[in-house]
Amino acid sequence: MSVEPISNLQKILLDGNFAVTGECGPPRGANKSIVDDKSQFLKGVVDAVNVTDNQTAIVRMSSIAASVHILNQGMEPVMQMVVRDRNRIALQSDLLGAYSLGLRNILCLSGDHQIFGSQPDALNVFDIDSMNLVRMVKEMRDKGTDMSGFELDTPPRMFIGAAANPFADPFEYRVIRLAKKVDAGVDFIQTQCIYNLAKFKEWIRLAREEGLTEKVYILGGVTPLKSAGMARYMQNKVAGMDIPDEIIQRIEGVPKEKAVDEGMAICLETIAQLREMDGVSGVHVMAIEWEEKVAEIVKKAGLAPRPA
Amino acid sequence: MIVGEQKPFEEIKQSVTPYKKLLVLGCGTCVKTCFAGGEDEVAVLASSLRLAFKKDNQEIEIEELTVERQCENEFIQEAAQSVTNADVVLSLACGAGVQAMAKRFMKAPILPGLNTTFLGIQEKHGVFTEECSGCGHCELATFGAICPVTRCSKRLLNGPCGGSKAGKCEVHPEIDCAWQLIIERLTALGQLDNLRAYIPPKNWLTDTSGGPRKLVREDQII
Repeated sequence: MSVEPISNLQKILLDGNFAVTGECGPPRGANKSIVDDKSQFLKGVVDAVNVTDNQTAIVRMSSIAASVHILNQGMEPVMQMVVRDRNRIALQSDLLGAYSLGLRNILCLSGDHQIFGSQPDALNVFDIDSMNLVRMVKEMRDKGTDMSGFELDTPPRMFIGAAANPFADPFEYRVIRLAKKVDAGVDFIQTQCIYNLAKFKEWIRLAREEGLTEKVYILGGVTPLKSAGMARYMQNKVAGMDIPDEIIQRIEGVPKEKAVDEGMAICLETIAQLREMDGVSGVHVMAIEWEEKVAEIVKKAGLAPRPA
Repeated sequence: MIVGEQKPFEEIKQSVTPYKKLLVLGCGTCVKTCFAGGEDEVAVLASSLRLAFKKDNQEIEIEELTVERQCENEFIQEAAQSVTNADVVLSLACGAGVQAMAKRFMKAPILPGLNTTFLGIQEKHGVFTEECSGCGHCELATFGAICPVTRCSKRLLNGPCGGSKAGKCEVHPEIDCAWQLIIERLTALGQLDNLRAYIPPKNWLTDTSGGPRKLVREDQII
């Protein structure tokens, strides 16, 4: 059965290409040109650009708006949508709006808890969870109805993504959770940043055993480390992050001015291993506020140029 | 039980300052158990207020009384005479008790002396934890009698999220990850398969989404 791809990202994956996605965080302000400028670093470099939704619970330009700016720059966005700030009515409404604006990829997330943000006193919503969001988008697309069962005049056809964190506890449950997301209707998964390759391999092995890698495209997440300080911060402070001591020691083991190169080397080694792994369909490069680095990573990883 | 804690003394003092005759009214059930509003706390608070106002050279007459429950008219009634004598009531009940008092006594100002915090248990002496949100539709059977609606910081029904580490919630290192507890308990009970099933969006109508709730027991109405 041939599938008509919904988005460029889906086409790349359907064609069996190793996909490359990047990330662009919207600005803390209403300046469109910041999005335009940042995204230029990713043009022709990645297949699709994730646009974060008020990440770390800090108010930023909306994911929908910034996604449209990126679309207008000739790139394909992956609109991220979190369930922290909107109830099901707003989520469905925004999904319809997003589709009408030309957005075709969505990443369904819970969202960082607002306690980490600049407005921890805000009320959180969490009306539905990310699993419910995946199914909501799936049913709106495939059944053509909203959550009330109302038949939509034009259903939003989205290529549906979700996140997975192979490194969070409890590990044994991580694959069950992935299976649930697959059952809920997810098309692709982008994982948490991979530094602990051994653990990631084990997770992928379990996912393969459950037949999940046949049903969903898994894109492994990577983030180049800039310094030992950054690595330690991420190890200690960022929720759900697993950076083994060996990684930190590697960066500490080189002179300070070489730290960036070492971080790059680790990143490239990780990508090389991901490409070899059965069940991994691509890489998601999260160079946080370092978009200009992505082209170099993709090129040195041998993943450039991207398929047209 | 309903857990509450006394408001800061300065806030309480300021709230009663405009009045001359104060009734400090305790509640002898939930908030007594959590050391916030029983007769002992009434006595200590009343004494502290007397001392503080004396120091300020301000005259205030303070009466102390504790009823069994301020959320029931039957018990509230016992306070009627004292309420009439006072020109303000400082209620050391939960928010329900404060409002029950206000419903019963139209003319008396009723001030809250507690912050009502949650429905919980006393985990050990002096330590209280939130366990129930009173959502109106109990699904504890699925989750090994550990409530994700209340105890997961993101209320995830298909959890856990990706932020738990070593059994602790990303929100605070002292919060147990409810999902870790659920998984451990279901594993022990041999019911881990419960979690393979997709849990649909929660119906919040039985929670506050349906507006303030009312429970009518026809069989009990006299």
